[in-house]
Amino acid sequence: MKILVCISNVPDTTTKISFSPDNKELNTAGVQFVINPYDEYALTRAIELKENQGGTVTVLNVGLPDTEANIRKALAIGADDAIRVNAKPTDAFFVAQQIAYYAKEGAYDLILMGKESVDYNGFQVHGMVAELLGWPAIVPAIKLDVSGTTATLEREIEGGKEIVPVNLPLVASAQQPMSEPRIPNMRGIMTARTKPLKVVEPISVEVKTKTEAYSLPEKKSGVKLIDPANAGELITLLRNEAKVI
Amino acid sequence: MSVLVFIECADGKVKKSSFEAAFYGQQVAASLGTHAVAVAVGEVATEELKSLGGYGISRVLVDEEPRLKDYVSQAYTKVVAAATEKENATVIVLSNTNIGAGIGARLAARLQASYAANVVALPEVSGNSLKVKKSVFSGKAFAEETLTAAIKIIAVKKNSLEVKEPVSGEAAIESFSTALTDSDLTGAPQETIRATGDVLLTEADIVVSGGRGLRGPENWHLIEDLAKALGAATACSKPVADVGWRPHHEHVGQTGITISPNLYIAVGISGAIQHLAGVNSSKVIVVINKDPEAPFFKAADYGIVGDVFEVVPKLIEEAKALAK
Repeated sequence: MKILVCISNVPDTTTKISFSPDNKELNTAGVQFVINPYDEYALTRAIELKENQGGTVTVLNVGLPDTEANIRKALAIGADDAIRVNAKPTDAFFVAQQIAYYAKEGAYDLILMGKESVDYNGFQVHGMVAELLGWPAIVPAIKLDVSGTTATLEREIEGGKEIVPVNLPLVASAQQPMSEPRIPNMRGIMTARTKPLKVVEPISVEVKTKTEAYSLPEKKSGVKLIDPANAGELITLLRNEAKVI
Repeated sequence: MSVLVFIECADGKVKKSSFEAAFYGQQVAASLGTHAVAVAVGEVATEELKSLGGYGISRVLVDEEPRLKDYVSQAYTKVVAAATEKENATVIVLSNTNIGAGIGARLAARLQASYAANVVALPEVSGNSLKVKKSVFSGKAFAEETLTAAIKIIAVKKNSLEVKEPVSGEAAIESFSTALTDSDLTGAPQETIRATGDVLLTEADIVVSGGRGLRGPENWHLIEDLAKALGAATACSKPVADVGWRPHHEHVGQTGITISPNLYIAVGISGAIQHLAGVNSSKVIVVINKDPEAPFFKAADYGIVGDVFEVVPKLIEEAKALAK
């Protein structure tokens, strides 16, 4: 089984977000970039499947050379090889087109990625890739097993889950608790250095969305503290002042 | 030219988030000088669909094909794409749910459309393009984005706009069918398992959530009783789901479910940044924690520094009294 795992490079979750003076770009000074946490669930599950049933795991990232540290981390965790599409990921459609193009070229059986990235929260690259390839997309998946050419997934729905059997090939997006992400060990880190990382150029895609500016939410006016002895007063305030109950 | 709204249904009813999408679609249609039409699939009560008229929807196309009872992304996408073509829609509005956003993404690729998800406000119209405001960086910031393609798709985040009270008026119901192949239905669910609980977490206006401060699953009745008294859904923090006190589908936060209710009550949750990322779009946040230094108080509108085992029973009592 050939598995393609798509990873994106995102600011560490504890990052305090700020922007350039013209509000056009994220201020990356002092920001640590990590593998998107949801993509780590996808990556770990792919490696588990490979360990149990054989096959290969390729990671793909659309990014400039500065993402290679995280690509190497994915190789250290256990992926076999990697592709970096040498481009700044401008929008989801651009990224999806790159993935679909290189996925076709590699004839993969399964494409896995996180349900969304924690930076742009689009929840859309998997759906776009699936549509471009004409494959089913099971989104968001909390469990994934493969037996022969059939996958069985659990898809999260509002207030429950669905059991979905589906033939390969398919696209699935990962959400907790699909797997328990791993920390690379020393052997993994050493072997990652020698694993192939292919750099390819992007295909040309027409831009359909343009980010004009970023802004931060208005600051909260501060917490109103209520004496625990009169806790019931909170309910009155929520009803009469905040008008939410 | 028209605006097309995709209506999501559950248990034969239109979801609250879809009424919001309908209202949003009607507002966009008004600013474009056109009308809003809706499309729905599966079994849903006709009266429910007619009530969309109160939100400005003139007609609802309904595809009652039985195989569309459960969500399958390809099939639903095909239906909405066919409705788009039939109605010559230039804007498609969906709810930013797992289903809505999933269809939005496929449609965008299929129709070569501009697509914005997590949209939190009505768009600014300028010539043939729309400028939308979206929530990004897990609720820590907003982005303004211009959509330039001929067809624009917008997934509206729940509770993002004040929906006006519905006026009288019924939408006309039209039956609609799309030719589906077996491959369109690949990935249909074999079985659906629903969790117990009266209120759906993602649809809830009020959410009561517990953290490690509850000390153990045996104390969860405090969360459940308060939720019941307020008509709320229950949720939990990541550590609580990780140790198995509560199921994972109740975990709200960066790697769990993102919610934006009108009221979020956090009990015994310190408010790690990852947790905040999943709940910071809530309109009003209440924090109850014995530690006055808990970071969550900085993000809260109301707070009680106190022992949850003393405070929560008082809240339950007061909420019950109010309900009477």
